Amino acid sequence: MAIVAQSSKAGRVSRATLAWIVGLLFFFPIFWMILTSFKTDADAVKPEFLIFFQPTLENYLNMTENYDYWRFARNSMITSVFATIFALAVGIPCAYAMAFNPSRATKDVLMWMLSTKMLPAAAVLYPMTFLTKSLGLFDTHFLIIVVLMLINLPVVVWMLFTYFKEIPKEIIEAGQMDGVNTWGEIKEILIPLAWGGIASTALLCFIFCWNEAYWTVRLTTTDAATLSKLIEGNRAPEGLFFGRLSAVSAAAVGPIVVLGWFCQKQLVQGLTFGAVK
Amino acid sequence: MGQIELTSVTKSFGDVQVIPPLDLTIEDGEFAVFVGPSGCGKSTLLRLIAGLEDTTSGTVAIDGEDVTQVSPSKRGLSMVFQTYALYPHMTVRKNIAFPMRMAGLSDDEQKKRIAAAAESLNLTDYLDRKPGQLSGGQRQRVAIGRAIVRDPKAFLFDEPLSNLDAALRVGMRLEITEMHERMKTTMIYVTHDQVEAMTMADKIVVLQAGVIEQVGSPIELYEAPKNLFVAGFIGSPKMNFIEGEEAAKHSAKTIGIRPEHIDVVESGGQWKGTVGVAEHLGSDTFFHVHGTGLAETLTVRAVGNVALKHGDKIELNPRAAEVHRFDQAELRIA
Repeated sequence: MAIVAQSSKAGRVSRATLAWIVGLLFFFPIFWMILTSFKTDADAVKPEFLIFFQPTLENYLNMTENYDYWRFARNSMITSVFATIFALAVGIPCAYAMAFNPSRATKDVLMWMLSTKMLPAAAVLYPMTFLTKSLGLFDTHFLIIVVLMLINLPVVVWMLFTYFKEIPKEIIEAGQMDGVNTWGEIKEILIPLAWGGIASTALLCFIFCWNEAYWTVRLTTTDAATLSKLIEGNRAPEGLFFGRLSAVSAAAVGPIVVLGWFCQKQLVQGLTFGAVK
Repeated sequence: MGQIELTSVTKSFGDVQVIPPLDLTIEDGEFAVFVGPSGCGKSTLLRLIAGLEDTTSGTVAIDGEDVTQVSPSKRGLSMVFQTYALYPHMTVRKNIAFPMRMAGLSDDEQKKRIAAAAESLNLTDYLDRKPGQLSGGQRQRVAIGRAIVRDPKAFLFDEPLSNLDAALRVGMRLEITEMHERMKTTMIYVTHDQVEAMTMADKIVVLQAGVIEQVGSPIELYEAPKNLFVAGFIGSPKMNFIEGEEAAKHSAKTIGIRPEHIDVVESGGQWKGTVGVAEHLGSDTFFHVHGTGLAETLTVRAVGNVALKHGDKIELNPRAAEVHRFDQAELRIA
């Protein structure tokens, strides 16, 4: 430890500089998007107005007046929240069973779940579209909730499994000896003990649901269309309207950025998959 | 009530059979200790009784009722774990109340029993703390408190003292023994420490590789061990084993004699040797004697302080009546 503590000043400065560069690199597109969202569509493509321009709220006003932003936002919220709740409702018992009553097949099951993420989504696009249309589910909240839940379930189960593995098995066994049934073990012992991990998982799942574009764009038209659909809808035969597009994008990522900002600690924990305590 | 009966119980993990067919009865109110070296299957046996492991074949019965297929939560047994296994997110009070809450006892009854348990275990001042703020000994008391409040048919202890320091261990040992005297509830206690087994048990079950080597009271095991393994395992310091000519004199393959049954004499001893190490405990002196020609080292226990040191010549007389004889198959010759 002493050696680390005495690391040279130059080393610290260069590390900090590197961190800032990487940080700015990631931040730049968002900054540019927000900047462009305050330009008119005409100004947005003119090089002379790159940084200095007459800011306008026109794009934002347009968005709520013409595109019904709030309907898309509401759809995003509904589908993401319910998909996350259902993913946890299935994922918690699933991860619990694999963490505390593993069988010889547990590892294979986990790998198989993960392998479903390796299938290109496009491979099942047509079957999915035909199926949902013939079942009358196309463009419904129900469909989007189920799809979002299913595509995130492998990650949810993996994350929960990793967290649950850290709970000593004896504590669960003590619960069994103390007279709780399986549901009691989950409710009274597992969930309170793994609360941090479950929250991280829920947060990450919610963000993935909110940002999902491939299926939400293709399986909705209006009723269940989410913010991803709204952004995608800003294409026109004449080309892209960068000002409007940027405003819509900023308004779509806004809520998730704010949520992420407040939950930074949980998120970092979630992304490191419980490796860092 | 709490009579526990195992009939032809076996347990395999994959292809490995850790418990070959085994029969055992523990009577109501008995303090039974499972003892054996690590990996002998004693903890597995306890977990089979608890229901935390499924039997591969055979039946487990409590008070005559077959519970082989009954879940641990419905067997009416309490368990104290080596790692305490307290609920870290609950206060001591809630930990102790937990099994009662699960059983649906009234709040008043819960309060009464918590107060009584806390009183008897000296935990009254700690009821509102979390387990993380307690010492090892206190945590173990909470675990015991949690076990006693639900008034189980039997208590199962899985090496409960092995995480405590030596002084605390002796204290807790006495407390558990006294608790048993008071409550008269069946207790099954797993340990690898033969001193714990000897001091606490009504009945000791000595296990090796999943096989019961002998079942009996501490004194029976001490006075008449059935085979070499039990003879060597029970008693501290260990019994001396002698083979060859000396054993042949007793018409045995091996003879065993406990350190306390060899007398140190001034002169005219049957056995002669040199003191390797002398351990002076005040009340006793242990000699580790070399060069006797009987075994590499003979351990001798002399009462009081005997002033011999490393390198001194020593003369010994075994008490003929205390010699244990074992045959070719390592079994006791009566």
